Amino acid sequence: MNIKVNGNDQKIDREYTVRELLDVLNVKMKEYVTVQLNDEILSRDDFDKIIVKDGDTVEFLYYMGGGSR
Amino acid sequence: MIILSKNDYKKMLDHAKKESPIEACGLLAGIVDGEKKFVKEVRLLTNIDRSPEHFSMDPKEQFEALKHFRENKFVLIGNFHSHPQSPARPSEEDKRLAFDSKLSYLILSLMEKENPVLKSFIIEDGNSYEEDILIED
Repeated sequence: MNIKVNGNDQKIDREYTVRELLDVLNVKMKEYVTVQLNDEILSRDDFDKIIVKDGDTVEFLYYMGGGSR
Repeated sequence: MIILSKNDYKKMLDHAKKESPIEACGLLAGIVDGEKKFVKEVRLLTNIDRSPEHFSMDPKEQFEALKHFRENKFVLIGNFHSHPQSPARPSEEDKRLAFDSKLSYLILSLMEKENPVLKSFIIEDGNSYEEDILIED
């Protein structure tokens, strides 16, 4: 099965939920990761429900923020 | 070392002044050659916290910027945010939320209105190390 992850082609052996895929991709600190699937930003609550399918485009990034105090 | 054009520096400064007293933020991308990081594009982002003491980048704009950088064969060099009322040094929260030690974290202080200060830091395991910035024509 072929998907695109952050612009790169990626082969995976089967369909995964978004959360499982982040595990497979060895993404650390998942609680700070935002995921976009086929140009739609996903709610974190849906990570266990939504299945990544063949041909999907997945983008993920880390939260960027901070404070002056 | 960060190598930044005067135009890009002005873009960051104008954005920070315009947003003040809210913290301003953005992303820097370009080309890395050894220790030298040549900033080729500064992308201004929305601080969705709209706070004078905190910032969170708009994730939708983050995705758009990262795709745009990729299309232009740029790598993400780092991010910047302003400290409207405090010095250009990473706060404890800045350090806690700096997840990537390969990125540069730039802070632009407007504490002295006539003398803004821009500094860049590498943050690793909660420790920050200042890196040089060269602003050139």
